[in-house]
This record gives sequence, structure tokens and C-alpha cells, in this order.
Amino acid sequence: MFRNQYDTDVTTWSPAGRLFQVEYAMEAVKQGSAAIGLRSKTHIVLGCVNKANSELSSHQKKIFKVDDHIGVAIAGLTADGRVLSRYMRNECINYSFTYESPLPVGRLVVQLADKAQVCTQRSWKRPYGVGLLVAGLDESGAHLYYNCPSGNYFEYQAFAIGSRSQAAKTYLERKFENFTDASRDDLVKDAIMAIRETLQGETLKSSVCTIAVVGVGEPFHILDQATVQQMIDAFEIVGEQEAPDAAAGQEASAEPEPEPEQGAAAGEGVAPMDI
Amino acid sequence: MPKQQANWSPYDNNGGSCVAVAGADYCVIAADTRMSTGYNILTRDYSKICKLADKCVMASSGFQADVKALQKHLAARHLIYQHQHNKQMSCPAMAQLLSNTLYYKRFFPYYSFNVLGGLDNEGKGCVFTYDAVGSYEKVGYSSQGSGSTLIMPFLDNQLKSPSPLLLPVQDAVTPLAEAEAVDLVKTVFASASERDIYTGDKLEIVVINADGIGREYMDLRKD
Repeated sequence: MFRNQYDTDVTTWSPAGRLFQVEYAMEAVKQGSAAIGLRSKTHIVLGCVNKANSELSSHQKKIFKVDDHIGVAIAGLTADGRVLSRYMRNECINYSFTYESPLPVGRLVVQLADKAQVCTQRSWKRPYGVGLLVAGLDESGAHLYYNCPSGNYFEYQAFAIGSRSQAAKTYLERKFENFTDASRDDLVKDAIMAIRETLQGETLKSSVCTIAVVGVGEPFHILDQATVQQMIDAFEIVGEQEAPDAAAGQEASAEPEPEPEQGAAAGEGVAPMDI
Repeated sequence: MPKQQANWSPYDNNGGSCVAVAGADYCVIAADTRMSTGYNILTRDYSKICKLADKCVMASSGFQADVKALQKHLAARHLIYQHQHNKQMSCPAMAQLLSNTLYYKRFFPYYSFNVLGGLDNEGKGCVFTYDAVGSYEKVGYSSQGSGSTLIMPFLDNQLKSPSPLLLPVQDAVTPLAEAEAVDLVKTVFASASERDIYTGDKLEIVVINADGIGREYMDLRKD
């Protein structure tokens, strides 16, 4: 990304029809540590890589419970993520209070997207620098959404955001057709494997990653470290034997759900925020 | 023309009685299940007891619409607390929250007479008793509602601790065992149902102890 004279203000268009401040906000998401999400018909699993600043400090919280049926994983400016989680929790509580029923996930992500859009059209505000993977269960089934700083949102079968997420996405693209009917445990396993891809060589242990699950009959909760370590140990040996099968050739093209690649290179005509 | 008075009241009294008794490691909260208006019965099967947190239960008599609104309000606040603190609210914390919530509507009160019962942070039973605008006190036992004038003197007779000025210092919580306390509560409601027309039908008893929350029912006079 190069500096230019149209990027000072979020309310200034470039001649090519882009809002650079919004694109820079999306860059912030790509710099954050990875978060992944995948879903079946009945369960959604969120996972994230925990990066601590130093050995002395604690990990940043990147997965938040929003309600019994909704959880969110973030990548980017975690402070912005915390604030948005608080907003989401509030909306869920207010809806429950008024209607005595859980807030449908689709409604929540639209409210979140509208909130993000406001920040792209006010000169005294800045876009939120955080991408959110919203996992939720409602009457219409299991859902996984991705909310951008641009105010766009998309539904996914599986997705990954943050640094080195491309590796996880490649893994997910290979496997996603099995997810719809996968069992809960297989889904968690796939989540852990996807996280392993982003670590690229670093040892995978439960202190480095966080996994959360929500599903039918299972309120949103974060799995404790012992359980996660057990699952890692169980398949670590088996996992090594799985040769990354590039021959499968299931790259994104007429898929039932949109699974776009990372943005086209900045210099080209396509504005990344169209994704 | 003389000043006109409102001939409509925003309040109604749905009657009923509530009792709570604190023990060394348990708490008993009980209320009848009759909901009435005037001289009529609306239903014989309405619960006045609400679980606010893992170790905290509230029983309220008075205007049940206000009671319901109050319960929902507290439940929402408890959710927020759990999100922020990653744990359940303790009974004393909930007691203060209830008091603040009631006083917030000091000039249009919740017509709700509450007793809060549960276990404190050390696992000891505690009971808090309130008026409609949030004045509260931690006590060993209490009753509220239409039958409280009949029930309270009897509880005083059975459970009142000797003066705190006497040594050795006695605990406010009753030395009774859990089963004895439940029995006492049943006796108390059976007596109240005899003379209070608004108390009767069924008694709901909730017991909180280290094992969790248990519930039982007992039939009362239906007249």
C-alpha cells in the first residue's frame, strides 16, 4: 500500500472510486493474529491463535461469548473488537428482554454492519479496525458470518482471517465439502488442523490456540485447555501422515457459498472492499 | 369545579405470602402459588419465586406485573455482570443491586415486596428483606406479603436469636437443620392459609445448599 493524497480522510474518495481509509482498516485486520471459523448443519466452531506480546504478558482475548447462541472471534485491533462485543451483547440482552427469545444471528450481523458503515461516512470517526467472525445458531440453523470494517458482511461455510490465514483457507477449501454433515468432534478437529496451518512450523499446543463451540443443545463456550490439548495429542500423529493434497483442485469457483480469495493486489482496478 | 381525582390506579395487589429462612449451610425460600385480584382468584398455579443467580433466589409478593418486570430487569443485569466478570453474582452483590434497582424508581415504585435468599461467598445461608423502594437488611429469616402479619410473629417465636448484647454472640442464622427448617415453613404456611384469604392453593419451597437448588411442592387449603 502506498501513501497518496486521497487517504487522509475517510470521507474523501480517490479518483478511482476508493476509500483508502477503509482499505487501510481492512489491512489492520490482515495484520492481526489468525482467527478461523467453520460450520456444519448443527455446530459452529471458532478458533484463534493466541499471540502474547512477550513471555511475561498474558494472551489477548480474541473470542467472546455474546449470548448462549452466539459467539464471535476477532482479528485486528482487539480493543475495537472488545467494544463491538459489548455492543453485540447489549443488543442480544435487549432483544431477549423485549421478545423473550434469542436474537436471530442474521439480524445481529446486519446491525453490526450498519454500525461499521456509519464510521465510513463521518468525517470525525474512523472505521473499526477489526474483522469479526460471528458464529451463531438460530431457528434457521447454524450460521457463520464475516463482518468487515467496510460495513460488508458475508456468510460462509468456513473462513479464516488475520495473518497467515491463507494457509488455513487453503486447508479449509480442501475440506469444506465434508463440513455440513461432519460430527461435532470432527469439526473441532478440523478447526485445530486449520489453526495448525497458520502456525506454519511452530509446535501446536493448547496454550497457543483457543477453540470455542456452539451448536444444537450446546450453548456457546470456550473449550478448556486440557480438552484441547487432549485432542491435539490424539491426532497429532495421524495428522502428520496427511499429505497436503494439492491435486484435489477444489479451488473457489461455483461454490454454493461465496468463498472469495484475499483482495486483489491494490494497484489493480478491483477495489478490495468489494469482496 | 372541585379538583378531579384519578379513579384509576396503575397498581393492583395480587396477594400471596413469601418466606425465607437462612441456615448454617442452606437457605429455604417459599411462597404460595395463588394469584388473586380483589376477592377473585386469577390462578392457583403461579410461581412468585425466581432464580436470579446460581446461589441466589428471590420471592416477591405484591403486583405481579411489576414483579415480572423487576425479575427481567435483574436477569438482564446479571447477564451483563457475567460477561464482564466471568462469574456469577454473589447473593450479597445481588442484594445491593436489587436495592439500587428498587430505589431507582423511588417516585413510581415497583409494587413488589421481596425477600432474597441464598448462600453467601462462604456458603452460609443469608436472607435479605426489602420494602417497595429498596430499603433492605440482612436477616436470619423474614416474610413478606398478605400473610406476613400472621407469619412473622410465629417465626419470631421460633427463630429469633437472643439479644446481640448477650454473650456468647449468637449467629443470626438458625441452628435448625435443613429438614426442620422446611418443616417449619410448611407449618407456617398451613397456619397462614387458615386465616389469610389471599394465601393458599399450593406452596412452592426452594432450598439452596452446597448441592445446588432443589424444589418441592405442598398442597394448601383451596378456599
